[in-house]
Amino acid sequence: MSINRRETLKLAAAAGLAAGTGLGLSSRVFAAEPLKVGFIYVGPVGDHGWSYQHDQGRQAIEKALGDKVKTSYLEKIPEGADAERALERLVRSGHKLIFATSFGYMDTVLKVARRHPDVFFEHATGYKRAKNVSTYSSRFYEGRYIIGRIAGKMSKKGLAGYIASFPIPEVIRGINSFLLGARSVNPDFRIKVIWVNTWYDPGKESDAAKVLISQGADIITQHTDSAAPMQVAEEKGVYAFGQASDMIKFGPHAQLTAIIDNWAPYYISRAKAVLEGTWKSTDTWGGLAAGMVKMAPYTNMPDDVKKMAMETEEAIRSGKLHPFHGPIRDQQGKLRVKEGEVLSDKDLLGMNWYVEGVDDKLPK
Amino acid sequence: MNGLEAFLVTVIPAATPLLLAAVGELVVERAGVLNLGVEGMMATGAVCAFVVAHISGNPWLGVLAGALAGALISTPFAALTQKLAANQVATGLALALFGLGVAGLIGEAYVGQPGVRLPALNIPVLSALPFLGPVLFSHDVLVYASFVFTALVSWFLFRTRAGLMLRAVGVNHDAAHALGHPVVRIRVFAILFGGALAGLAGAHLSLAYTPQWVENMTAGRGWIALALVVFATWRPWRVLAGAYLFGTVWILGLHLQAAGIGLPSQLLSALPYLATVVALVIISRNRVLTLTNTPASLGKPFVPER
Repeated sequence: MSINRRETLKLAAAAGLAAGTGLGLSSRVFAAEPLKVGFIYVGPVGDHGWSYQHDQGRQAIEKALGDKVKTSYLEKIPEGADAERALERLVRSGHKLIFATSFGYMDTVLKVARRHPDVFFEHATGYKRAKNVSTYSSRFYEGRYIIGRIAGKMSKKGLAGYIASFPIPEVIRGINSFLLGARSVNPDFRIKVIWVNTWYDPGKESDAAKVLISQGADIITQHTDSAAPMQVAEEKGVYAFGQASDMIKFGPHAQLTAIIDNWAPYYISRAKAVLEGTWKSTDTWGGLAAGMVKMAPYTNMPDDVKKMAMETEEAIRSGKLHPFHGPIRDQQGKLRVKEGEVLSDKDLLGMNWYVEGVDDKLPK
Repeated sequence: MNGLEAFLVTVIPAATPLLLAAVGELVVERAGVLNLGVEGMMATGAVCAFVVAHISGNPWLGVLAGALAGALISTPFAALTQKLAANQVATGLALALFGLGVAGLIGEAYVGQPGVRLPALNIPVLSALPFLGPVLFSHDVLVYASFVFTALVSWFLFRTRAGLMLRAVGVNHDAAHALGHPVVRIRVFAILFGGALAGLAGAHLSLAYTPQWVENMTAGRGWIALALVVFATWRPWRVLAGAYLFGTVWILGLHLQAAGIGLPSQLLSALPYLATVVALVIISRNRVLTLTNTPASLGKPFVPER
């Protein structure tokens, strides 16, 4: 796997641009060596989902820090031995800050980091750290609580279809948060869950959406990456929520809002920290308050629902409202969170149970 | 729309890209050539169909572009394996990767752009029938085309002289050559045809099934099509049965999940593959029939003696 084709194109474009602008170039040429920041992505940057959003963050670093940094990326890197090679290549070509943007890179990152103590590593969604390895993730469940509330108000039948990828805590937390949000405004709200066992297959995702709609769901939400379910919702005249990035172009009449992964503020702050020599190994789990989760404009809904959505967003951002506040019972009716308490981050991170009312058996 | 109707209406678009690509590959393999590049040709067809439809606003031009692009990208494979007698397995694998890469490159600027939908073609009178109308006669043109191609290929292979020649080339290229049949030319045409149909399958993905372009949107369908051809023992109507069985079990799994049946979703996801393999193994239990259908020269390079 070579430094990919886009890299070459981009370099060519940059060269053209530099030649075109000309001015001020001479003073910069002799400036200090720029910090090289590397990224590895599990998918293609053209997925318009997970990897795409990470790449938006990479571009934001370049925009914010200009010629103090130089970024490059390797895309479609499978988790495993290939990831080790990719990381080593970035290290050897002089990258001092490296973002590994998928959960499955975890052990590989630690292994490579041990060999190169002078390089800083950032691992997305993992939980293992070292002196030169930080972890970071987003509290997407905060956004899911808001869309749950909107669904609770907007669904005529009180039934949403949920397209899920894999039964990991991240996804289960999303389902729970969505239902808690929906039930906070409509106590009889129900969801139907379909596990498609993939993060990304437009065809399968669109089939799942069609099936859910044919079984009565009039709102579709997804924890998979393509915009295909949104297109199905638009075609069938039901509502849906965008995932990872704004999908309004695919559902101008269907999208109510979208939960947007916004890695830019975090990426910029970490690159700055390296430049200023203040980088330390940290564990960041930021949500709406940190700007790492953003909501797309609230569309296709009446003003009172829009107002409620914005108030909910503000309440979560200010810390007044925690999506997992007690009392919360699980599917078996066992009390998991007492009245007046909220679920701890540790329990949230390892969540492997459904809240009361989820009409699905958790795949093992 | 009742449950069964909704169910069948979803099965047909899910099976169509598999059927188109598999019927194309069947002709290629009947001519004795193993082209493993279906996935790449499908992706190229998908992106070219999308881009042309997006720029021109005309989905029909998109369909045409998909077929042409599929055929075009198969030409290096044809040149390498037929003129230079390169190893077909290696060249085919290279084509699969090459096609995916080319597709990503062409489509880079079009990711996240909404597509032009290929309109449903309601067949007059028939589409007004209750139940049968929406299930069978209200689809896009590529759905009908997939049936037409299956029938045409079946007729061509087993009822025409040219089809007999093509099969002869696939069974024993040396003998066919000795009889004066143009082995290489026949095979090149078969490869181009297979490429065009894989391109059409891609066009169905990016114009009708999910009208958008994103990288890797073929998601392995080219490989499933390849497997269908083998399991269907190189018979067109069995390919159709296999594609529809696969689609049916897949959609059925989703319905069972949504209905809260409680079976593990991993099992339901694996079921289409399992069911298709089992069913096709049962169909092709007759060993003699299987052996007579297998193109004996499949995958062997042809180097004419001079």
